[in-house]
Amino acid sequence: MNDMTGAGDDALALLPELLLLIGAVGGLLLGLWTPQHRQWRVRVVVLVACVASAVTAAVGLAGEDRRVFEDLWVIDTTTGVVRITVALAVAVAVWLVSASLSGHPRETEAYVLMLLGALGAVALAASADVLLLVAAYLLASVPLYALAGYTKDARATEATLKYYLMGAFAGVLLLVGAAALVLAAGSTGYADLAAALPEAPAPLLAIAVLGVFAGVAFKAGAVPLHFWVPDVTAGTAPAMAAYITTIPKLGAVAAAFRLVDEPFADVPLDVPLLVAVVAALSMTLGNLAAFAQTEVLRLLAYSTVSQVGYLFMVVAVAGRTELAVPALAVYLAGYALTNLGAFAAAAVLGHARSIEEWAAAARRRRALVVGLVVCLLGLVGTPPTAVFVGKLAVFTAAWDGGLAWLVVLAAVNTVASLFYYLRWIAPATVAVPTGSPAADGSGGHEVRTMTTREQALTAPPVTVHALAAASLILGVGSGAWLAVALP
Amino acid sequence: MNALLIAVLAVPAAGAAAVGLLPARLDRAARLLGVAVAAVTLVAAAALYRPGGAWSGYGVEGYDVRPWHSVDVPWVPDLDLRFHLGVDGVSYPLVVLTALLTLLCCAYTLKHVPEPGAGRKLVALLLALQTGVLGVFLALDLLLFFVFFEITLLPMYAVIAVWGGARRRRAARKFVLYTLAGSVLLLLGVLAAGSGAGTLQLTSANFDGGVLVFALFALAFAVKSPLWPLHTWLPDAHTQAPTVGSVMLAGVLLKMGTYGLIRVGLGTAPDGAERLAPVLGVLAVAAIIVGSLVCLAQTELKRLIAYSSVGHMGFVLLGIATGTAAGIEAALIGNVAHGVITGLLFFLAGAIKDRAHTGELAELGGLRETAPRLAGLLGFAAVASLGLPGLAGFWGEAFAVVAAVQVGGPLWTTLGVLAAVGAALTAAYFLRLLRLVTHGPAATPPLAGITRAEWVAWAPLVLLALVLGLAPGLVVDMASGAVDALTGAAR
Repeated sequence: MNDMTGAGDDALALLPELLLLIGAVGGLLLGLWTPQHRQWRVRVVVLVACVASAVTAAVGLAGEDRRVFEDLWVIDTTTGVVRITVALAVAVAVWLVSASLSGHPRETEAYVLMLLGALGAVALAASADVLLLVAAYLLASVPLYALAGYTKDARATEATLKYYLMGAFAGVLLLVGAAALVLAAGSTGYADLAAALPEAPAPLLAIAVLGVFAGVAFKAGAVPLHFWVPDVTAGTAPAMAAYITTIPKLGAVAAAFRLVDEPFADVPLDVPLLVAVVAALSMTLGNLAAFAQTEVLRLLAYSTVSQVGYLFMVVAVAGRTELAVPALAVYLAGYALTNLGAFAAAAVLGHARSIEEWAAAARRRRALVVGLVVCLLGLVGTPPTAVFVGKLAVFTAAWDGGLAWLVVLAAVNTVASLFYYLRWIAPATVAVPTGSPAADGSGGHEVRTMTTREQALTAPPVTVHALAAASLILGVGSGAWLAVALP
Repeated sequence: MNALLIAVLAVPAAGAAAVGLLPARLDRAARLLGVAVAAVTLVAAAALYRPGGAWSGYGVEGYDVRPWHSVDVPWVPDLDLRFHLGVDGVSYPLVVLTALLTLLCCAYTLKHVPEPGAGRKLVALLLALQTGVLGVFLALDLLLFFVFFEITLLPMYAVIAVWGGARRRRAARKFVLYTLAGSVLLLLGVLAAGSGAGTLQLTSANFDGGVLVFALFALAFAVKSPLWPLHTWLPDAHTQAPTVGSVMLAGVLLKMGTYGLIRVGLGTAPDGAERLAPVLGVLAVAAIIVGSLVCLAQTELKRLIAYSSVGHMGFVLLGIATGTAAGIEAALIGNVAHGVITGLLFFLAGAIKDRAHTGELAELGGLRETAPRLAGLLGFAAVASLGLPGLAGFWGEAFAVVAAVQVGGPLWTTLGVLAAVGAALTAAYFLRLLRLVTHGPAATPPLAGITRAEWVAWAPLVLLALVLGLAPGLVVDMASGAVDALTGAAR
């Protein structure tokens, strides 16, 4: 009897995940019996599941740190933060995607796959066992392959194939790493690994660490496994790209954080240095590649690569400074908000691929430009946006953890990043002189075509403004968020 | 009184939002509201004064800020960020100067809206800018200081990029890039100083930064001040900015650099400051000489005044570099005087350019025939700026030189002498300016007289230039306690 109640408690501890799962399965079943034009019902179910999941996760944060299901699953601050962030981010992404997906023959499937991918991201963050990590990796990958190729056109197909092949390759590396860990320590649980790995032979450990990190870096889109990011991002609809570049990263970064913090904490290899180098490469190469981009989505894609670099800074100092967990909590939330906001801005004018087209189309939508500017400056880390506090916390944590060189590099990168964000902001904010009859004539035509589009797309502009506002609010109120996240 | 401190920041911030959000048809009402907000802010800022000061002398050990008023509440406790504000004798004059110049700029914008219009947005940006600058002067937490320092960047960028001259985009971009580079150094300095001292509160006496920390801060603030050779963004930004933008830039934004150097640089890294003082001194004198020589060759009115700022700020930085009480007091009065006089000069330059439609010195001339009152005011401002005794500009320059000579030794004596030569050059280029612009045959048809809005905006500055010239003690006395404590630590 005791065992059974214990299992019941354990199951309840996973209520946020269960709610996501229920949302996915319930949505799928409902979608099967719902006519094409009424699929908004599925959307409602999915959104309710996400919000409920976030709420239960927030409630769960107040509880003690613990491990459930025979130490497979950790429930602590990091998990809690990822649970809340992922659930809310998926809700936003679903809402954003719904604008272009409404009435689509495969609408329900998209929502379900998005929820499953989110579940995988949470599992990545929470797993305390390498085998669970592998399973979570698959759960966070397979739905995304389908989502990446959702539009089924040439670009999407090519991107999906690339994504899938790289994913399979990284998955194999992850499995090799897991096997090496089993060889080295005879166990897969993080607690056992942490105890046994310091005595393990170094070559085996090196294979294990590299293999496992390859898998995680692929999910996070970090250099050198970032090649899928720009192709997949540019190959899908902007709203879907927002999901693909946000959700799995949250889980992957948390997974890397846990790996460095626990099983790899005392290994005789310089794991933090490895992570720091990955961070440095990601932010630098991401920025350098972004300079030359002329497409909105590719620019944002490379920007996410550099953002992962900043996030990995805090992974590098995991367990070495008490600022690491708060820094992760702020940056993850700030990144999710701001990145979704920037992609939402791209989604509002989804037909505009290049920066010039976007700027031209946004000419009469000053409010949208304001939202975009807030989000892009948020990505730079301008005060008082959320990413600013996140970057600040990450920089402080890295400095505290003895990685001053990385902080200097990151600071230089931050300034450099402004250049390419400005390449988008500048044409969008150009004041257009109005008044000449010719301009009015063509402008009137433009406005008409815009309004027909607008009727289809009301969700993205709302999302942009809501997220821009949320980014500012979280920036100023990050104290409150941390008070919730770190009881 | 703490509520007053909050109000000084909250009023312009709320005002900026309110003014900016009003619709276009209420443009004039919005600008009036902006003026009212700026006026309330000025009153609140002035009311921060505490007669006699609250300086109970030196800190127990080293530098120890004891503000007249302070607000200290946790902001992000988990990251040890605090919302810590305070005002003392060093910051008070600058706070009032900022509030005053913003009010004058807002009032000026009631009548004179530069192209492409939308004056309410310009006023909103000015108020946002004011919030940031006041925050810089009031912050007693290093990170908060950094945050406000950053916040000033965007409004100024927008002011230049939207309401500026023909080549405004380039100038605005240059301004942003230079300033951002400075910000990175500042952030690194904050992290280095904070990790060394274990705190970010400027009121702490724990700071003992070395050469690295001071070098980071000095470079960061040198970009902002600007110190030669990092000044090249300034002439472009000034030339392209609208009149009110130039006034805010010269009168207020540059002061953040020198104030930061005193408060943050000297305050957190006294040892480093002492060791790097010769470098700073040499660069400051180089700025004075180079600035003056470039001014002698300038052919454009606003550009000339912009370069004159480089020279004037050189004097301020020289005063700081000496590290003596006299030098820092000279820097403080020089700071305020430069804000008042150069603010006035830019107002006048803007007015002349608006009327004559050119800023080329060769195409101006005979201003005392075509616009005698304008010419008179320009003469007054130029004479005040070149450091005529009895006007505000004199004290900062004279005492910076005196302080340098007092430090003694071959280096500082040479620097003092060179700075004095620079002062003479300053006189030379301002007299050249007057000869070209006010004297000679009239080059333009008679220009419009000075409007009422212009009188309202300029009169306070004219008066202040006189009052500070006659009674520099107004600024120096209230800061002396703070300065003594600062140099006590720096020595």
